[in-house]
Amino acid sequence: MTKVIPLYTKALILTLKLASLGIIFSIIIGLLCNILLSKENKILTKIIHGYIELSRNTPLLIQLFFLYYGLTKFGIKLSETTCAIIGLSFLGGSYMSEALRAGIEAVHNNQIESGLSLGMNKWQLFRYVILPQAISVSIPLIGANAIFLLKETSVVGIIAIKELMNVTKSLIGIYYKTYESLLMLIVFYLIVLLPMSILLTLLERRLRYAEHGN
Amino acid sequence: MQNTGINLIFEGQNLARILQGLLITARVAFISIFISLILGFIFGLIYSSKNKIIRFFCRLYLELFRIIPILVWLFIFYFGFPELLDINIDGEVVALIVFIMWGIAETGDIARGALESLPKHQRESGMAIGLNKIQLYRYILLPQAFRRILPGTINLATRMIKTTSLIVMVGVMDVVKIGQQIIESNVLKVPDASFWIYGLIFFLYFIICYPLSKYAKTLENKWNK
Repeated sequence: MTKVIPLYTKALILTLKLASLGIIFSIIIGLLCNILLSKENKILTKIIHGYIELSRNTPLLIQLFFLYYGLTKFGIKLSETTCAIIGLSFLGGSYMSEALRAGIEAVHNNQIESGLSLGMNKWQLFRYVILPQAISVSIPLIGANAIFLLKETSVVGIIAIKELMNVTKSLIGIYYKTYESLLMLIVFYLIVLLPMSILLTLLERRLRYAEHGN
Repeated sequence: MQNTGINLIFEGQNLARILQGLLITARVAFISIFISLILGFIFGLIYSSKNKIIRFFCRLYLELFRIIPILVWLFIFYFGFPELLDINIDGEVVALIVFIMWGIAETGDIARGALESLPKHQRESGMAIGLNKIQLYRYILLPQAFRRILPGTINLATRMIKTTSLIVMVGVMDVVKIGQQIIESNVLKVPDASFWIYGLIFFLYFIICYPLSKYAKTLENKWNK
């Protein structure tokens, strides 16, 4: 048991690293999608909707296989880690984009018009009217997506990344330590996922309170 | 001329085999969605109970499946239980058990949300005209709740279909596994096999899930008005 703990700690750190990079890039992609959508260019909108539907309606596993094995023959050779991060960002980007859009759409039009009639410029309008209201809707969704992405990292082990699932599988295969490995697997996932989901529940409650306030 | 990958799809039995694999994937998805809808609705009725202890255990069950990744559950049932009970469980059975348990939890939560979101006066009016509990649910609460759960359950169904891609990890001969076999047996002849085969599987998942999520969205928009 004590021998495998360092292995799992290392795997957990790798999992967290992949997840946090994936989450950050997903948010960036989500922001970018929303900025481009707000341009109301027909072709751009079509492309972005196409991307969102494509990434939401296909499994991460297939996306990873396609990236990792499919593209190699065209001279695009990506390392496992890069592949995992691209895969997670490709998947998460659409979810984050929807989460951010839900926030922006929750701001009523008359709020924006009132702001404009007060003589606010675009930046002020965004900073003082849209952002504070949008955040109370978006943050819980972003949090839920972050947890979702962290859970999805369990899939990337299939392209030979030594994260928690991969380590567990090799421990079961090599040493037949089934119980210990499965137990450690659950414990290590719970260490991060449990506090995250409790925090999200608390945050949701708080923000819902803020929402009712206005 | 060198063989290009796209021909590989139509070569010999390849397309038929991939579709056969898709059928196994679809079978797992369909059976688990069907059973978890029925049992999940019952779970939702129990979950909407006012009893705090019942609610606590229902919540615990739900959170267990929400917090721990599905792949971990598949591993627990595939590697853990056979050794514990000294039996052999087929990968497909493992997949069905895990998907059904997960589906029950999620459907239950959707059903509970729908039942609790119904205005209180519906229940009270029903009781005022002297309906008993079964009549109350049969004629007043369930028909209204059903409309509210439909978009959520369709979304859940697409999520479950997407998650079926994981069953390759517990040794089921699903569409992914068959794709891998075709690629492996042609890797020397057709170097870009993996691009076309995985591309095809990617496309297959998309054309199954896209109409479903589109339909769920249309329903949501229609009923939200």
